[in-house]
Amino acid sequence: MNTKDENDQGLLWEVFVQAKPGIPHKHAGSVHAHDAEMALASARDVYTRRREGTSIWVIPSHMITATTEADSESFFDPADDKAYRHPTFYTVPEGVKYL
Amino acid sequence: MSTEEALFQYLIRLGDNALILGQRLGEWCGHAHQLESDIALTNVALDQIGQARNLLTEAGRIEGKGRTEDDLAFFRSEMEFRNNLLVEQDNGDFAQTIARQYLFDVFQFHLLTELSRSSNEFLEAFAKKSLKEVSYHRKLSSDWMLRLGDGTEESHNRLQQAIDILWPYTAELFEMTEADKVLMELDMVPDLKLIEQKWQAEVPSHLEESRIRIPDTKGYMARGSRDGHHTEYLGYILAEMQALPRSMPEAKW
Repeated sequence: MNTKDENDQGLLWEVFVQAKPGIPHKHAGSVHAHDAEMALASARDVYTRRREGTSIWVIPSHMITATTEADSESFFDPADDKAYRHPTFYTVPEGVKYL
Repeated sequence: MSTEEALFQYLIRLGDNALILGQRLGEWCGHAHQLESDIALTNVALDQIGQARNLLTEAGRIEGKGRTEDDLAFFRSEMEFRNNLLVEQDNGDFAQTIARQYLFDVFQFHLLTELSRSSNEFLEAFAKKSLKEVSYHRKLSSDWMLRLGDGTEESHNRLQQAIDILWPYTAELFEMTEADKVLMELDMVPDLKLIEQKWQAEVPSHLEESRIRIPDTKGYMARGSRDGHHTEYLGYILAEMQALPRSMPEAKW
């Protein structure tokens, strides 16, 4: 794989680790690797060596499209005064942990 | 030879392999070409040191002379070590470390697979636990073999050179002694000929896939570790590893 992000350390990959079955994968950090298999192995070695994970995702950083600071006003501010969008009007059944 | 004596020798052999390879890999700490590889190699080192601790502790128990894991690791001299010549070889460059690791990982993987069916309770439990670690080591090193061998011209040449250096040290992995015979009778350990067949069924084809050729050693293969004869490297490894406990035997963390 050759992209403009690649250097002699390889491509940059973002690492997402799931701590327990059933909960979302959370961004843990990044690793350099020359291919996906190597990125997974490095992510395992760097981010789960103290039993932090049950599953890992890796994705080339350049594949992620992110919002920018300039987008903030139009993207996020309109939600500020719309409290009715919060799902607070029903009761959560007992025993549901990760809603 | 009594069963205890054979078992002691066998445990020392396995324990020394893990200890010396762990020590060698530990030398990479802070020196690898990137943080990811640095942590990967030292993780493998720690797995090996952990295995060595279990094995040497059990060896001391079987021997029954009150020797601890530390006594066995730090207060034996070169000729009392029974690790294979392969694991004491120089780290060299990254390719040489990976090649050494790969050749040993495949051996260790198949040996532990068989030992997990051992009639000896300790060996069975030890093998089952360690097999998970070693399966990962084998995946890591075999992936790197492909990547380096079938990578750039530079990485290919370096890996080829590494295999040329290390290949003569692979045959004695499978050499058996009186201890093997005694323990084989009791279904405690496998015939190393079987492990050799599995190793031979795996390694040459993976080397070919990695575009690496097996060197023609003209029939020469190194041996000696079963009798305590080592290459020049082991003395230096032990000097570094044992200096502190030997000069301050009561030192504690």
